[in-house]
Amino acid sequence: MGKKRQGYHMVAVRVNEQLGTKRKYSYIHIASKPRVLGFWIMLMFFLSQQIYDYLDDEHKERRKEVLVSMCDQRARMLQDQFNVSVNHVHALAILVSTFRYYKDPSAIDQETFAEYTARTAFERPMLSGVAYAQRILNSEREEFERQHGWTIRTMENEPSPIRDEYAPVIFSQETVSYIESLDMMSGEEDRENILRARATGKAVLTSPFRLLNSHHLGVVLTFPVYNSKLPNNPTVEERIDATAGYLGGAFDVESLVENLLGQLAGNQAIVVNVYDITNSSDPLIMYGHQSQDGDMSLKHVSKLDFGDPFRKHEMICRYLQKAPTSWSALTTAFFLFVIGVLIGYMIYGAAIHIDKVEDDFSKMQELKVRAEAADVAKSQFLATVSHEIRTPMNGILGMLQLLLDTELSSTQRDYAQTAQACGEALITLINEVLDRAKIEAGKLELEAVPFDLRSILDDVLSLFSENSRHKGIELAVFVSDKVPEIVVGDPGRFRQVITNLVGNSVKFTEQGHIFVQVHLAEQAKSVMDVKFETCLNGESECIAQSCARQFNTLSGRQAADDRSSWETFKHLDDEFHYDASSNTTINNANQSVALMVCVEDTGIGIPEQAQKRVFTPFMQADSSTSRNYGGTGIGLSISKCLVELMGGQMNFTSRLHIGSTFSFTVEFRRCEKSAVVDLKKSLSDDLPTAFKGLKALVVDRNPVRAAVTRYHLKRLGIQAEAVSSIRTAVAVFGKYGSLITRNEKLPDMFLVEKDLWMSGEEDSFTQLSKWRQNGLSYKLPKMILLATNINGAESDKAKAAGFADTFIMKPLRASMVAACLQQVFGIGQKMHGRDAPNGSTGLRGLLCGKRILVVDDNRVNRRVAAGALKKFGADVQCAESGQDALKWLQLPHDFDACFMDIQMPEMDGFEATRLIREMESKANAQMNGVCTTEGTTRKSEWHIPILAMTADVIHATLDKCLKYGMDGYVSKPFQEKSLYQAVAKFFESQPVSNS
Amino acid sequence: MLGLSVDRLRADMNRLLALLFHQGVLDEQFLQLQQLQDESSPNFVSEVVNIYFHESEKLLRNLRGLLVDKEFSDYKKMGVHLNQFMGSSSSIGAQRVRNVCVAFRAATEQNNRPGCMRALELLEYEYCYLKNKLHELFQIEQQRILAAAVRYPVVQQQLQQHPNNA
Repeated sequence: MGKKRQGYHMVAVRVNEQLGTKRKYSYIHIASKPRVLGFWIMLMFFLSQQIYDYLDDEHKERRKEVLVSMCDQRARMLQDQFNVSVNHVHALAILVSTFRYYKDPSAIDQETFAEYTARTAFERPMLSGVAYAQRILNSEREEFERQHGWTIRTMENEPSPIRDEYAPVIFSQETVSYIESLDMMSGEEDRENILRARATGKAVLTSPFRLLNSHHLGVVLTFPVYNSKLPNNPTVEERIDATAGYLGGAFDVESLVENLLGQLAGNQAIVVNVYDITNSSDPLIMYGHQSQDGDMSLKHVSKLDFGDPFRKHEMICRYLQKAPTSWSALTTAFFLFVIGVLIGYMIYGAAIHIDKVEDDFSKMQELKVRAEAADVAKSQFLATVSHEIRTPMNGILGMLQLLLDTELSSTQRDYAQTAQACGEALITLINEVLDRAKIEAGKLELEAVPFDLRSILDDVLSLFSENSRHKGIELAVFVSDKVPEIVVGDPGRFRQVITNLVGNSVKFTEQGHIFVQVHLAEQAKSVMDVKFETCLNGESECIAQSCARQFNTLSGRQAADDRSSWETFKHLDDEFHYDASSNTTINNANQSVALMVCVEDTGIGIPEQAQKRVFTPFMQADSSTSRNYGGTGIGLSISKCLVELMGGQMNFTSRLHIGSTFSFTVEFRRCEKSAVVDLKKSLSDDLPTAFKGLKALVVDRNPVRAAVTRYHLKRLGIQAEAVSSIRTAVAVFGKYGSLITRNEKLPDMFLVEKDLWMSGEEDSFTQLSKWRQNGLSYKLPKMILLATNINGAESDKAKAAGFADTFIMKPLRASMVAACLQQVFGIGQKMHGRDAPNGSTGLRGLLCGKRILVVDDNRVNRRVAAGALKKFGADVQCAESGQDALKWLQLPHDFDACFMDIQMPEMDGFEATRLIREMESKANAQMNGVCTTEGTTRKSEWHIPILAMTADVIHATLDKCLKYGMDGYVSKPFQEKSLYQAVAKFFESQPVSNS
Repeated sequence: MLGLSVDRLRADMNRLLALLFHQGVLDEQFLQLQQLQDESSPNFVSEVVNIYFHESEKLLRNLRGLLVDKEFSDYKKMGVHLNQFMGSSSSIGAQRVRNVCVAFRAATEQNNRPGCMRALELLEYEYCYLKNKLHELFQIEQQRILAAAVRYPVVQQQLQQHPNNA
């Protein structure tokens, strides 16, 4: 047990370790969880930010694209229109040169020019006006002035100072008529323009400046007009020389662009600036406000090509408003973030929950382990405590026994006996508690050994016979013929259940009967069902019947379960006769046999309200029960458990003040047919077979009781018939008497129930006794009285009435009946000492006169063993070592058995046994050779039974014993019971082989 | 007077036995042993117990000798001795001695020298205790037998008187 406990501890420790590690692990997990959540939220934040950025970028990109496209569109339009205007001005220049210089006289004058330009103004939407200035050298000035009648003036509207050349405007559109006669070369920009224009021969532009009249920003476009056709690829000088005048136009860029943008949709959304970037370090604004309003972050620059390679222009577009925050991106990102956080939180919550559940689980597991440990501890405690109690209890009981052996006064004896009885009760209780604990712990294992059910029932009955006789209760057992003789199961537990039930019944029954029946379950069930149905149908009748009649039960008293009355009983019996053959074949097929056992009593019954808790341990019907009858009420619960373990069920019916019937089913296995025969010999308490063929007449009014009697007689091989009265019996006998010549056999005995005899019919008896006296008795039946109890007066009377032969005291048991009959008939004397198989007399019978060798190196043990064996009449020889034993056992020897210690120095028991067996087999081989030649069937071979004596009775040791050729073992120190069991095993076979 | 002493002696004996049982010095095996004693072998118990003492003292001596030898303690041999000791102790029902033997044997199996020393001391103590008590018991028994022998006729007389009283 110590080892076991240690093992348990180790397991517990290991479990704890496991729990610990697990716990630690999950603890870390829990702690990191919020961090993980935070990390997750941050991750989601970044992710959503990324998404936002991405969406925002896309948005910006699109905005930029829009800007670019808008800007380019504007630039292109501006450029186109500009170019259209420039081309037209170019055309005008050509027109002027054609009509003024190629025609002589000039076909064009101010009026025509004004008319023409006014009418073609739609062609030049960008030009506020055009004018033509003639190139006048200083030498030509006077003439020119005279011719036109006005003097050349400067831009400041003053008469021009003298210069090398002049460019007075001679033709002008009406819109710009105020510049007529103004010298274009007097303005800085114009002059430059003119010089560049005539040098390149292309349209040139000024840098933007405020125009004269409108104060709008504008540029002036200047075209040279040549008076003669120019050669191909003319030089600059040639161009200057050929220059006749200049056609100029003012582009009012500001209003122009304004117009242009007005035509386009969405113009208010963007800010457009046009710059002259000829001097890249100082861009000059042509259009737009210098102020920094609008979205400065995003701008687009489009190149403008106005056809003047010298000047570079560009258009810069910006959004008027700052980019609106993109709500869709923001909301998308936000929702994603929220969703992410939610998911994270959900996972977090789930993880927390899982953690909690895991935590709970581990806690539960811990609790479970603890509970299991507690359970184990409980069982261990129970086992230990009951063992610990049992040990001193044994002491107490032993001492009480010793005390009783001394001379005591009657009161002292009474006290001591009471104490002993109490002690025994306590031991039983402890055993029961232990049993219960074992069953609960599932540690109870059922054996599967073949046993004889009937003899077990007889044994149980014999236990209670004293008690029942004392109370005057009829106690009987009946086993249906269908129940196989030998079944395989756990006889001990079966006996325990039966003992418990019968014990209970005996305890609670004051008068009436206790009847144990065993039937096959299926048979009993079918019959009961039929019976029950009929009973249900005619219930009132049934009740009436039960009130009126003398009940057809064992003792004639009413039983709780009506079904077990004679009608059923007969039915059961009849049924058996009907289909005995068919049933047996069927049952042979399946190996298990279900039995139905009923224990019926006519006791005080169980009150209705208590019936529910009958099977609860430590619950008796009510508290007064234990006061009146003692007991703890654990027995029934154990019985129920046992029955359930054996694959059956237990239930009961009970009626207050009428009685209870407990019935249960059990499953046993059938024994192999071949084995049955062998087993029968050893198992059944060898009933004498000497009565085979005898005939008996059972005289009994009560059919159930008669059936029981017949059952017991049948087991002895006696043919029995039942008649209900002595008169009929006598009549039958008389009939036989008259037919004596025929081969009909006369009944050899009359078995008469006491109550029947007591009730009268004296005359019939007198007739019988008369026959007897008349000397007819050579074939007269023996008269046997069956009684539960009988007193002296009655017995005298009975003897006088002719029952000289014997009384059989109930409860009936086959062996007891046999013993009585033996006495009566004087046959079957060969009942040997096995009658009382337990106790020292049995042992004495077995061992008396046997020569036994005790081998033990331990002097004390040797002496004790020798003493014990001597006490039982054996002739003991001691040997103190294996070698010694071998010497003693040199063949031939006259020892009947050898008790061998296993643990011996030098040569241990196994070795010694091996050598002995070797020796024997050698001798046997020799002898067999001799025997076969002689052809005699000489008795046995040399084989001395060797019993191991060992202190540890583990199975392994036992197996080893058998392996080395030993026949059995006795546990040391010697105990009478175990010694008997061991010895009986092989001394039983001894006489068989002898005979 | 003397008859009283017989009863007293018997009571003493029973008390002593009960004490020994209670202390766990003896167990039911001793009762079994007592049951083996009958007319044919009147001194069976004391004979066995004396053998036991003789053997045990030898064993104890050996054990001590083996254990004193510090360098080389033959634990195996000690185990053999202890087995013997255990066997004989359980045969006469000397439960406590037997239990100490079990512990001792466990100690030898582990070659646990201090444990062995302790166990040996305990064993010697238990053994002495048992021996003293059993000697006491046998002394009382002898006295009782003597007294009973002396009182024999008187007992007869008392017995004859007894039914009359009843």
